[in-house]
Amino acid sequence: MKLHNQNLSVGMILMQARTFIALFILTIAFTVILSNRGINFLSPINLVTITKHVAITAILGIGMTFVILTGGIDLSVGSIVGLCGMIAGGLIHQGLVLNSLGITIFFQVWVIILITLALGILLGLANGVIITRFGVAPFIGTLGMMYIARGLANIRSGGATFPNLQGKEALGNTGFPFLGAGKILGLPVSIWILIVMLAAAIYVSKKTPLGRHIYAIGGNSRAARLSGVKVKRITLVVYAFSGFCAAVVGLIIASQLVAAHPATGETYELSAIAAVVLGGTSLSGGIGSVGGTIIGAFVMGILGDGLVMMGVSEFWQNVIKGVVIIAAVIFDQAQQKMKARSAIASVNLERKTGREEKTA
Amino acid sequence: MPEQLREEVILRAEGIRKYYPGTVALNGVDFAVHRGKVNVLVGENGAGKSTLMKILAGVETASEGKIFLRGEEVCFTSPTEAARAGIGIIYQEMNLFPNLSVSENIFMAREKVLKGVWIDHPAQKQFTADLMTRLKQDIDPGALVSALRIGQQQIVEIAKALAQEADILIMDEPTSALSTGEVEMLFEMIDELKANGVSIIYISHRLEELLQIGDTITVLRDGNLVTTESIKDIDLPWIVRQMVGGEAESVFSRENHQVGDLLLECKNLSLVREGGGYSVKDLSFTLQAGEILGIYGLMGAGRSELLEILMGVHPHAAGEIYLEGRKITGDTISERIRDGFALIPEDRQREGLVQTMSVAGNMTLASLFRLALKGIHLRKKDEDREVDALVREMSLKSAGTAVLVSSLSGGNQQKVVIGKSLLTRPKVLLMDEPTRGIDVAAKGEVFSIVNKLAQKGLGIILVTSEIIELRAISDRILVMSKGLLTGDFPREEATEEVLVEASAVGHMTTSLRSSR
Repeated sequence: MKLHNQNLSVGMILMQARTFIALFILTIAFTVILSNRGINFLSPINLVTITKHVAITAILGIGMTFVILTGGIDLSVGSIVGLCGMIAGGLIHQGLVLNSLGITIFFQVWVIILITLALGILLGLANGVIITRFGVAPFIGTLGMMYIARGLANIRSGGATFPNLQGKEALGNTGFPFLGAGKILGLPVSIWILIVMLAAAIYVSKKTPLGRHIYAIGGNSRAARLSGVKVKRITLVVYAFSGFCAAVVGLIIASQLVAAHPATGETYELSAIAAVVLGGTSLSGGIGSVGGTIIGAFVMGILGDGLVMMGVSEFWQNVIKGVVIIAAVIFDQAQQKMKARSAIASVNLERKTGREEKTA
Repeated sequence: MPEQLREEVILRAEGIRKYYPGTVALNGVDFAVHRGKVNVLVGENGAGKSTLMKILAGVETASEGKIFLRGEEVCFTSPTEAARAGIGIIYQEMNLFPNLSVSENIFMAREKVLKGVWIDHPAQKQFTADLMTRLKQDIDPGALVSALRIGQQQIVEIAKALAQEADILIMDEPTSALSTGEVEMLFEMIDELKANGVSIIYISHRLEELLQIGDTITVLRDGNLVTTESIKDIDLPWIVRQMVGGEAESVFSRENHQVGDLLLECKNLSLVREGGGYSVKDLSFTLQAGEILGIYGLMGAGRSELLEILMGVHPHAAGEIYLEGRKITGDTISERIRDGFALIPEDRQREGLVQTMSVAGNMTLASLFRLALKGIHLRKKDEDREVDALVREMSLKSAGTAVLVSSLSGGNQQKVVIGKSLLTRPKVLLMDEPTRGIDVAAKGEVFSIVNKLAQKGLGIILVTSEIIELRAISDRILVMSKGLLTGDFPREEATEEVLVEASAVGHMTTSLRSSR
């Protein structure tokens, strides 16, 4: 009996660390396979490249994790990425055209970044208002916002791309490519942004009342409300933050490409959700962590880049990613069952020992 | 078991055990159902009554044990199977579809079908009409269930079971939502059913009515069978003794405490009900420091709503509240918590606990505003210090404070909810049915906590339907009926009779009809 129990608990520890183990195995597998072909998968350059790719999904995933922890979902982030990129790109490329006055204003890059971030927050707030004030289900509300933002992104340029976002010395708006291509202490700026946002998100989720309240809302919003948690206000904050994350990603991508295209960010919301789910966050809310999401994002990233380097076609990559996501959820459910079973086992054990004590 | 009862047993359960994760709901219970009798099953909340009934009705399967129906061993894996064998169950919560008609409800999932495609509505309605005539009820088979009164809905439930030719009918708290008149009507119907050879298993907390309607009585306590007796051999105090294990006095004892200065004054509290009328109307009362104020009333009297008004759950509620002479202006829950109100909600699972969080996480949830440095930074040692102190003080049994709160027993979960409200450092503690669904020992502990808090000078407002508990612990008892204050009795004057009488004010039309 005791041995059986121990098996259960070892199994559970393995289950709990499953994403991390998957990450480990993937890395080893790609390293071995690719080294046979003379490629060093673990070279610093390659790892930085992968992390740069991962950062996009991971930053969106951080915002998405909080949303999903409250029991919601945000389908609009991909479109907000696109729209924010277009707004920033437009402001650099065309400036702000005031037809009535017949003038065009060119802002400095840092102002443009602030405007874009504010826009992301505003769109996220709009999501939050639709959900909390008008009682629209998060799936529907953000689905609507997904269409609205994508539409606006196309309207901004009539579907065209804003190229040459280097800016002009004469207009005083140079420096935008630094976000995507610049380096600080040898690491790309986007990775630094990821690190800072990750650290902040982990701090908020673990060490502040706000984080605790987010978990409580997802676990049981009625109980949270009766405990004095301002459910509506916190839900607003969470969606606004998700919009902020999308704006950050929009800026990074536009800067990396030195161009803004209205279709940028399509299906990014799904990658972000996949990373969150792979990271062990429950779609019903209340359970999960930002750290898990980052691991989930790395699993998706390493899988993607590794398969590319192996020469697997993009079509097959999609199939494999799909299988991985489903497998993760199946494992998740197996883990839940295992937990329930071990709880029953411990009750039975308790009962048995209780009886023995009685007979003794 | 009395000898003469043994012969006519139609259903017998032997050695039933049922385990849930973390708890043993039934621990080797024997139960016999006698043909054409009302077989009463009593026990405190959480004693395992409902679980036993669910097993008999095929909703749950027993972990161990055997069930014999008419002498043959049976094992139901679904309610449908049990229904086919003639066992019908009427749940505590109504299981009707309010958006469908009476006859559609009665034939739910067993529709009469023409040519394998169309529902034969006329035939269903005719059958329902016949059934209603048999039950002497005037209910239109085509009426929507949502349009019926609660009592009538109960009758539809019974009719539904009878339509499936049930000859064993399980009634789980059938009267909890009924008015006095409707209860009389139900009892007449039960007599009718008995005369037709239907066996009834009857679960209720209203002990007086058990003596009136029951033939045999089986008492469960903490998942164990205590005893089975013939009703004519026993009386009310006997039932109470069996239920609480002969320690009624000690469990519900009230320790001396000093009632102090005026703490809370409420003037003309009113709450408009959605869809017209008042949940609470023009209610005024005061509460002293160190006073335990009990509130009694029937279901729907507005007791929970009164507590919710004080807690700020209904921002549109009218009236004035003065705490320690200061007028309360904030109308959100978080402001009320800071003002010094704390609520222990009625529904522990849905309103009291966040099941996905740990014991400590739940306990500190309402006090983070106080625990966090500058309102931002939470330090684990600050939280642990307060949580640990409380765990010791309340003798909460848990494998550490980091385990999920859902792994605790009902009584310990309730202590977590109480602990959560105490950590907010309240001046007024609002307790809504704090002993519901917890075992007797835990009840005693909850009451001793309440006593201790009163001694410390907290004002406590306690709502409970258990009249014995209420009279034992309260310094003063207010009675509500249909949102109005209908009684205010000091401890000495609050006999059971005056409380029940005051709680029925406004229900007079129905009780008059029944005494006709």
